[in-house]
Amino acid sequence: MNPPFAAGVVPIIPKSLLGTPHQYACEKANRLFCWGWFKQNWSGIFWPALRQHVVLVLIAVTIGFAISMALALLAHRFRRAEQPVVWFTSFLYTIPALALFELLVGVPGLGLSRTTAEVALVSYTLLILFRNILTGLRSVSADVRDSARGMGMNNRQLLLQVELPLALPAIIAGLRIATVSTIALATLAVLVDGNEGLGAPIISAINDGYFKTELIAAGGLAVLLAVGADGLLVGTQRLLTPWARARAV
Amino acid sequence: MAEALDRDASPAVGNATGGEASRALELELRHVHKRYPSRREAAIPDLSLTVPAGEVCVLVGPSGSGKTTAMRLVNRMIPLTGGDILLGGRSVLQRDPTELRREIGYVIQQVGLFPHHTVRDNIATVPKLLGWQRARIDARVNELLELISLDADDVADRYPNQLSGGQRQRVGVARAIAADPPLLLMDEPFGAIDPINRTILQEGFLALQAQVRKTVVFVTHDIDEAIKLGDRIAILREGGVLAQYATPAEILDSPADDFVAEFVGADRALKRLGLATLADVELVAMNGHRPVGELPVSTNVRDALSVVLAAGGEPFKVIGDDGEVLGLATLDAIGGVLKDGRDIGSNGMPDSGPAHPPAHPASREKA
Repeated sequence: MNPPFAAGVVPIIPKSLLGTPHQYACEKANRLFCWGWFKQNWSGIFWPALRQHVVLVLIAVTIGFAISMALALLAHRFRRAEQPVVWFTSFLYTIPALALFELLVGVPGLGLSRTTAEVALVSYTLLILFRNILTGLRSVSADVRDSARGMGMNNRQLLLQVELPLALPAIIAGLRIATVSTIALATLAVLVDGNEGLGAPIISAINDGYFKTELIAAGGLAVLLAVGADGLLVGTQRLLTPWARARAV
Repeated sequence: MAEALDRDASPAVGNATGGEASRALELELRHVHKRYPSRREAAIPDLSLTVPAGEVCVLVGPSGSGKTTAMRLVNRMIPLTGGDILLGGRSVLQRDPTELRREIGYVIQQVGLFPHHTVRDNIATVPKLLGWQRARIDARVNELLELISLDADDVADRYPNQLSGGQRQRVGVARAIAADPPLLLMDEPFGAIDPINRTILQEGFLALQAQVRKTVVFVTHDIDEAIKLGDRIAILREGGVLAQYATPAEILDSPADDFVAEFVGADRALKRLGLATLADVELVAMNGHRPVGELPVSTNVRDALSVVLAAGGEPFKVIGDDGEVLGLATLDAIGGVLKDGRDIGSNGMPDSGPAHPPAHPASREKA
């Protein structure tokens, strides 16, 4: 709707766009999204960015899950451990993301690196995962726990055969929230780890100033990735908890 | 240590297989004392009683009488603070708690079936903990489903939330006796079931017990249930004191004190009649009388009394199993059961009252 360029001003064309008449035309019309350009740069920009993004998220959620599981098991066994863990993870969760990324760069040994990005991403998963795992473990009804003990299960058997399976729905619910929010947050990783993940094309588009395709494509891919990951987790849950679907006859 | 236990299938229980004669052991509580850390008063100050192998001992009493506590002390779900408990002459305190519990069946009111396991897997819980072979477990599960009158094809692969309350309770019992434990603990197992299904479950329990002959400790607050199911009844009063330990007939005939008399109810004479059948009644000869109807000899005396009263007190003809006339049931004859029927329905227990039979620590009874 807006006139693309002020009359007489020669547009500054980013280097990556040079040499292809198609994109130039699209850009000239200042369309929101240039499909041809997107296709042309899929293998060069978007596919690598998407792959990096998935790796970033997988590592963050995996490590976050491992830490949260350990903390939740601790709090499950020793009630007193719960509050300190909640305080600490809530504190991490309330730090504004931008600030945390920048703060971590200053930490000796981290600097501008993928590790810095992962540390930040992991710290945001802890509260959600910890809370959900612990809630799930505690949701196992007293009579089920009592009968398990009464039949001679030791602590480990009670945990592995009864509590963890029954906590699965709550655990996976936590994983879904953590995964989706990490996918969104991981676009900030580019701040501390240049050219990493779907944040890279987004930053590039922001710096560019007027060409939107890169931004919309990367943002859209992040959304699709989130929806896909969520669906995958829902499917996993259905597969792992057949009893939840078996209803009274 | 936990790992070692998993592999340590108790040899005694490991011997149990489907189809073999089931086992039972004598249970003895010896000066059992329990005080919870947060309380000043003991929940159970000093409780001694012996349950002979293969008998059902019902612990009954008002809330606060420590009946559930007493039961849970046996499989060490609650730690003892004094005295000793012997199963088959062996102190439970010398056993590892998890190993001990795998040898003691356990049924609670809410059943506590695992919602994420099928009926088959629920029943297989203890055999799996004991490391039984797959084929043996399958055979045992099928045998148990038959024992509790559930159709394996229909029910075995369902989840607990797909069963009725009564079915769940039966599966809970099957799960408890899966590894053929010599002792079965039941904590108000039928308490949450509606009256009609409770009666069915009680009958089912008696039929099952007639086959498996386990030593059973059964907790209830319902004196009628206690009378119906118990070979012996231990009546506890508030404060965890044993008021009387005797057969149902003895308790109804001669309550040890006012508390017991009140607890069994003013209708204890009627309840007592319910323990006898017309076979126990000294029937009147037929000569001259005109009976107004017939009753089978297997009728329980309480029902017979009701029928006779409904007919205006007129006598009924009692018919034997083969159709022969045995005599007349008159009001007087029926009332006679209460006068001289002291030993009817009892198992020859030496004494009523809080005294407990002498201990036989070395005896290992088999049913």
